[in-house]
Order: sequence, then structure tokens, then C-alpha cells
Amino acid sequence: MSWGLEHVSVDVDRAPALIDVDATVAPGEVLAIVGGDGAGKTTLARTLVGLLRAKTGVVRRPESTRIGYLPATSGVWPDLTVTENLAFVADVHRMSRQDRASRVHHLLAVTELTAAADRLGADLSGGMRRKLGFAMALLAEPDLIVLDEPSTGVDPVSRADLWALMTAAAVGGAAVVFTTTYLDEAERARSICALEAGRVLASGTLGDIAASVRGEIVDRRSDGSRSWRRGRQWRTWRPDGSIPDGSARIDADLTDLLVAASLAAEEAM
Amino acid sequence: MWAMIVKEFRQVRRDHRTLAMMIVMPVVLLVVFGYAASFDTSSIPTIVGGPAASEVSARLPDLFEVERVDAAIDAEEATRALQEGEAVVALIADPAGGVALVDGSELFSARAAVQALTTGAPQIEIDVLFNPGLDTSVVLVPGLAGLILLFIGTVITSLGVVRERQAGTLEQLAVMPLRPRDVFIGKVAPYFLVASIDLVIVLLVGSFVFDVPFNGSVGTLALGSVLFLFVTLGIGVLISGVSENQGQAVQLALMTLLPQVLLSGIIFPLESMATAVRYIGYALPLTWFNQIARGVMVRGAPLSSLLVPLGVLALFGVVVFGLAVIRFRRDLAASHTESVAVVA
Repeated sequence: MSWGLEHVSVDVDRAPALIDVDATVAPGEVLAIVGGDGAGKTTLARTLVGLLRAKTGVVRRPESTRIGYLPATSGVWPDLTVTENLAFVADVHRMSRQDRASRVHHLLAVTELTAAADRLGADLSGGMRRKLGFAMALLAEPDLIVLDEPSTGVDPVSRADLWALMTAAAVGGAAVVFTTTYLDEAERARSICALEAGRVLASGTLGDIAASVRGEIVDRRSDGSRSWRRGRQWRTWRPDGSIPDGSARIDADLTDLLVAASLAAEEAM
Repeated sequence: MWAMIVKEFRQVRRDHRTLAMMIVMPVVLLVVFGYAASFDTSSIPTIVGGPAASEVSARLPDLFEVERVDAAIDAEEATRALQEGEAVVALIADPAGGVALVDGSELFSARAAVQALTTGAPQIEIDVLFNPGLDTSVVLVPGLAGLILLFIGTVITSLGVVRERQAGTLEQLAVMPLRPRDVFIGKVAPYFLVASIDLVIVLLVGSFVFDVPFNGSVGTLALGSVLFLFVTLGIGVLISGVSENQGQAVQLALMTLLPQVLLSGIIFPLESMATAVRYIGYALPLTWFNQIARGVMVRGAPLSSLLVPLGVLALFGVVVFGLAVIRFRRDLAASHTESVAVVA
């Protein structure tokens, strides 16, 4: 069974925050939710775990015992130690003593928090706190894992570790949903849902998204309003698919595809 | 510097609570407390008994507000009436003079009565009951016990809940397999226990250090304390429900604490307050707890004479605690009320 949102609209403070959003994930898969600030990523995550009520549409999720959630704030109790935070989650999920000991030992090791086991949550660095929150979300081996910006503030090495943990959870049969502003990270997910102003801009696998963008993306600056800079190079979206002389078609990555999709959406309005 | 001043005014304008504290509160406090801050006693509830009851009651100065005149009232009946809070002075009059029993737990009224009787009717023997030395500490300690319960219940509880919201862990709790009821009880129970232990410590210190008597039933005081704690914990949770951070929670908690300190009768006698201000006092939980604690500890008042304050506290408890539970559930239970969610 897939988990996620089907045609869901959500209002926050009486203003539309999600509009007719579809985003589903199957067990064993990783879904990345991407978008700029205020696009609706956190709203989607909070709706999926039940913290926000959908105005319309259907939200599918397992029962709360089978959900692991890492909020944007990390969800770590600052006045409990690393071990006590994990113990509380284990208590709430009524994990057996044996399961708890082996899972805590394993997660402390893979998140490299073993040496910090007796430190208070408040005394951890931002990255360590997120890793602890991540470990708490994974502890009870849930069916659906929802991670709100798990890699924000985390160093590159730890980001790779977190990705390995996410992948391992998916391989173990969990459905993993994470929000991120790092598009390179999102590209590694099985599927992607890109949000813009509360609406789905593009979704599916990277191939699906590439196929959904009409025209071509070329490597020269030409048509001003359809061009953007990538490092020292320029890109231009050519909706008619034509390739001007001196230009070459490029193999667009997720960043280029989403810029082109955004331009297409803007022009369609 | 000008930019800094403008920025500060902009921020203050948007912080409605601080604005209210800065402008409205001083005026309200001055007016209300101006009418409340009085130790002067203008009327003393009095009953008169004994063979010369009618003649003596007619000659009493206006300060003594005679509520019952009955020649059949003897010393035993008079003591019981004072114990149950029916009056502050019970006069057993005989042609030669008589005896005036004075309730020492009503400190300011008692002092005024003693002074008036000593100067105006020296032939009447005065017997101050319950607090013969008219000690301030004897009267204050029961009220202070309530104040401590109020502080823990309101301030500490609200801070505890707001801390969860600020740290983002309330969100974590909402997603966990916990019923809102479990979270609420789990959150409030430790404060309930700590407040109960604090109450015992305050009462022991009051008894052994300040020689405050404990003349009544422990059970009655315990019942009153539990009801009062429900009210204060409920207020604490309600405050946390409308506070985004700990600063706001403390601000609001102080707004509820200050009136209770000054208008509950702990410091200024309710009888001395202007009528409107006195009714504000009656709307405050500490007023009723103070009546219970002072009645039980100092006068040894029986349960039957405290049914009104106990009932009022129970009513407050049901309303405030009920609202707190509803508010807390609303914060936690979006997923449990969602009509379109399919939970497998």
C-alpha cells in the first residue's frame, strides 16, 4: 500500500498552503519533496503525519505507531540526554528491552553519537541534534518515515551518512519521505515532488520530470527571460525545441529541469 | 539612534500583550488596588447571645454588624458559630457585662473589635479564639501555602508546556502513538506531585517555625488543595495554549497571579474592599482556597462549614481544567479529527 497525499489542499492561517497536491510513496521507496522557501514542503510533511488537517483530498498514512517523524526543529528534548531521548521514544513505542538495546546501540553507532550518548540534547551541535532526531524517527522501525529537512545544517560527511541511513530504511521496507532544498540530494531519490507556491510543479522520477518539460535546454544565453546562469555557464530553455546555431542541447539535471518547469508554469499563467 | 527608536516602537506596537501591560495594566492596577488596599475595617459580623442580648445589641456601635440576636446562644454555640465562620465576634451579654469571643483568624477585624471593645465597653471580657496573640504569621501562612500552589500550578506548568512548544517537541509528541489524554496527564502529573510535596513542606515549616496551629481535618485541607491544584494547573495549561514562548507565558501568568495576591483576602481583608473590587476577589480561586486553608488550619472549621468554598473551587476546577484539556487536545489532535485521512 502506498502512503501520501491525493488531491490534497491545506490552509494554514486561512491562506492556501497546499493546493491539489498529489505525492505518494510506496514501501521500499524514497520520495524527495523539493521547493524553495515557502513552497509548502513542511506543510506537506506535517499534513502527511497528521499535524495539519487537509481541507480536501485524501491523506493515506499508517497508524501512529508505524510513523517515524523528524520535525524541522529536530524534535529532540533539549533537557534529556541522547540516551534518554531514545529511551523515551522506545518507551512510547513499548519496545521490548532486547529490541531497544540492540536498536539504540545500532543507531548510536551509525549516527556516530555513541561518544555523545550522555550529553544533553541542548549541548549537541545542530548537525548532531538532527542526527539524533533522525535516529529517534528510525528507532521503532516504522512503515512510513517523514523527515523534514534532515540534512539542513549537517556537514557533508554526515549528510552522506544520513543518506545511507535513509536508503537502508527503504531497503528494509519503509517508505521514506524527506524534504530538502538540496536538489543534488533529491536527485538520488526514487521519485521527486517539486512544489512551487503550494502547487506541484513537477513530480515523478528524474526521467518523468525530464519528459514532462517540453522543448530543449541549451548551453548558451539567448532569450533573456528564459535564460539562467549555472556557475560560469548559461542555460536557455527553448520551448519550441529549436537549437540555435552555436548552441548545444545539454543533459539537464534536476536544477535545470525545475527552472524550465517553473518558466513554463509562469508562461502558462 | 533614531532608526533604533523607530524599530523599537514598531516592535512594541505589534506586541499587543506588552502594550497592554505598559498602558492598560498600570491604570487598572492603580484603580483596582487603590480600592482594595485598605486595612480599615468598616463592619464586623457579630452575633449576640446571653440574657442581656437585646439590650446590648441595641447599644453596640455601628462597627459591629449584628447578624443574629438570640438569648439562647451560649459560649459553646458562640464558639461553634465562630469556628464555622458565621461571625467574627460573638458576644454573650449579661447585665453585668459579659464576654466577647473574637475570631483571631480574621486578623484585622479581630484587632478592630478588640480595640473597640477595650475602649468602648471595658466591662466586657475579651477572649480571642484560634489566634490569641493575633499573630500575622498564623493568618498569612495558610494563604501563602495557596500562593505557592498557585505559583507552581500556573507559572511552572505553563513554562513546562510552552518549553515543549518552543523546542518543537510538542509536535513530536503529537505524532507519537500517545493519546492527547496521556500527554496531558503525563505533562501535568509531575507538577501536581511537586506542588503537593511543596504544600506539605510549607505547612510543616508553618507549624514548626511560625507556630501556625493545625486545628482542623487534614482530609478537608487535602480535598481543598486538590481542587485548587486542578484549577491552577488548568490555568497554567490554558496560558501555555495561548503563549508562543516562555516570556509570554510568564507575562500572562503574572497577570493572573498579581490580582490573586492582592484581592484574595490574604493581605487586605475582603470586607475592607469596595464592593465591586470585592466581587473581583470572589472570582479568584485563591480567595476560596484561602478561606478553606485558614478555616481548617486556624479555626478548625468542619467540612460542613466549608461546602461553599469547596463547591466554588470544584466549579472553577471543572470549567478551567475542562477548557485546558480541550485546548490541549486541539493542539495535539489534528490527526485524530481529520475527516479525510485514511489510516491503515
